[in-house]
Amino acid sequence: MSVELWTIIIVGISFLLYLYIGWQSRVKDSKGFFVADQGVPSIANGAATAADWMSAASFISMAGLISFLGYDGSIYLMGWTGGYVLLALLLAPYLRKFGKYTVPDFVGDRYYSNIARLVAVVAAIFISLTYVAGQMRGVGIVFSRFLQVDINTGVIIGMVIVGFFSVLGGMKGITWTQVAQYGILIFAYLIPAIAIAFLLTGNPIPQFAFTFSDIATKLNQVQVDLGFKEYTQAFVNKPMLDVLFITIALMVGTAGLPHVIVRFYTVPDVRSARFSAGWALLFIAILYTTAPALSMFARYNLINTLNNNTVQEVQKLDWVKKWENTKLLSFEDKNGDGKLQLTPKKETNEITIDPDIIVLATPEIAKLAPWVIALVAAGGLAAALSTASGLLLVISSSIAHDVYYRIIDPDASEQKRLFVGRLMVGLSIVLAGYFGVNPPGFVGQVVAFAFGLAASSFFPVIVLGIFDKRTNSTGAIAGMLTGLIFTIIYIVGVKFFGMPTWFFGVSPEGIGTLGMVINFIVTWVVSRLTAPPPAHIQALVEELRSPSVDLDVPVPKIH
Amino acid sequence: MDNQRQRLYWRANTALIRNLLIVWALVSIVFSILLVEPLNTIRFFGIPFGFWMAQQGSIVTFVVLIFIYAVQMDKLDRKYDIKRK
Repeated sequence: MSVELWTIIIVGISFLLYLYIGWQSRVKDSKGFFVADQGVPSIANGAATAADWMSAASFISMAGLISFLGYDGSIYLMGWTGGYVLLALLLAPYLRKFGKYTVPDFVGDRYYSNIARLVAVVAAIFISLTYVAGQMRGVGIVFSRFLQVDINTGVIIGMVIVGFFSVLGGMKGITWTQVAQYGILIFAYLIPAIAIAFLLTGNPIPQFAFTFSDIATKLNQVQVDLGFKEYTQAFVNKPMLDVLFITIALMVGTAGLPHVIVRFYTVPDVRSARFSAGWALLFIAILYTTAPALSMFARYNLINTLNNNTVQEVQKLDWVKKWENTKLLSFEDKNGDGKLQLTPKKETNEITIDPDIIVLATPEIAKLAPWVIALVAAGGLAAALSTASGLLLVISSSIAHDVYYRIIDPDASEQKRLFVGRLMVGLSIVLAGYFGVNPPGFVGQVVAFAFGLAASSFFPVIVLGIFDKRTNSTGAIAGMLTGLIFTIIYIVGVKFFGMPTWFFGVSPEGIGTLGMVINFIVTWVVSRLTAPPPAHIQALVEELRSPSVDLDVPVPKIH
Repeated sequence: MDNQRQRLYWRANTALIRNLLIVWALVSIVFSILLVEPLNTIRFFGIPFGFWMAQQGSIVTFVVLIFIYAVQMDKLDRKYDIKRK
């Protein structure tokens, strides 16, 4: 059977599975719709969080990026895992205790202010929108690469699938589909990685092969011979300070991303929230410790296969021809010696490799069966769809719950709330699909926004809201606004208006770290210069710190 | 829970958080970034140690830290007789 046929079969089966789960988990009320009835077991929530978290970029692009960056690629590995420690220790248990539906819920109630709530709503929507556009595009790209359908058709198929289970089942439908999606994506990621580890080192476990084999030494030698720096050498592409700032911004940003935080509202109690964060990171770590191994093996293998061979020889390989057709791989014998050379200099380099190839072509390079290649396609789609659905729910709940129910119509009936929730999910899918079909040119560049803004807006005010009783509404609003505005000005200024990176050369990706520090300082200082929060808010904070089952202090409604 | 016990419970919790976050910063920020160059001169099996910490060791430590927190807090909850479902 051909790869195309296998792909259609496996992707088709996975989609039927998602639809079936979506139908099975349809909901009747808004609690089911927004927080899955708070009945998700901690391991299942861990798997759902992992799928929610790992996007098309983690699945398809990350290993490739690392294989070109070497050590400097560690910013993604540590940045996108380390935040879970902050989340588990500083946020998740208390937010679960708080027990509401969204992040703006917490900010609005803890800071007894609808202005704070609105600032949080705007930040949550902006963060999720920039993120989701890339996911829908990712769905389209996977479809076009593996099934040769038009990218736009792929985006629309993705919209229909996500639309079905998220409109019917809300958070409940999304959660259980994400559990299935995690299973598919991790299986699809591990099989090729295990195969290439075994092929190169004789050890089938990628993490062990990475640590115990001599590939690192050999690759370093090969790189030096070709004029590159050693693969394991630090700070080749980015200086130490920038690596530090980017890593911290990604970590803190992870802990502040609303679609990750809300997952911890869906478990039954505080204890489950703590364990759930551990399961989530364990499931994520399975992919994140495999990725650097895959990066190193694939780079070593690519150089060995391609470098110093003739074009004719190389083109005899099936996968080379296939990926040459997609323009992800290209050759040009610039010095006319009949052989291909990989070099660090653009003028002499004769082999151009798109980073995405590392994951996409590994099964073919390792000569695996066609069904494995099809599985990788299904895995990429699972990664993109699961992240998209989590983000769409945040966008919809920000409007349907935080703005409509909490501010505009607090007396809305249960049915009306559920209806508005479904309507908003539907609308955000259409919006996300629109951006997927017509990607704004800046999408690739604004991913830095999502993390920088999450780090500089939510993280400090949530942490202080729990750990510092004295933090008041004026302080939190001032802190969020200064953190956000500073970070936005730096990112927009550098990316679009040619502003120099005046803060010690820190790139826009890392400036959220400084924005976070500014937010912390402003919130703390302004809070101490103004009146302390009212007694019932201090009682609420006291209550959040005790993990018993329910809130004893009712949260007052703000009108 | 009365005020005194509540305070003690919270102090034990924040002390645990502080200790775990020190380890968190040590493996990621200190070993994997600030000291990566000197640590790379040490070999850890087949691979420079600083590089290994940045791409494997730190991530594994993160997972362990979260589970230590969850288990220790379970013990603390039992000690302070926190009611659960």
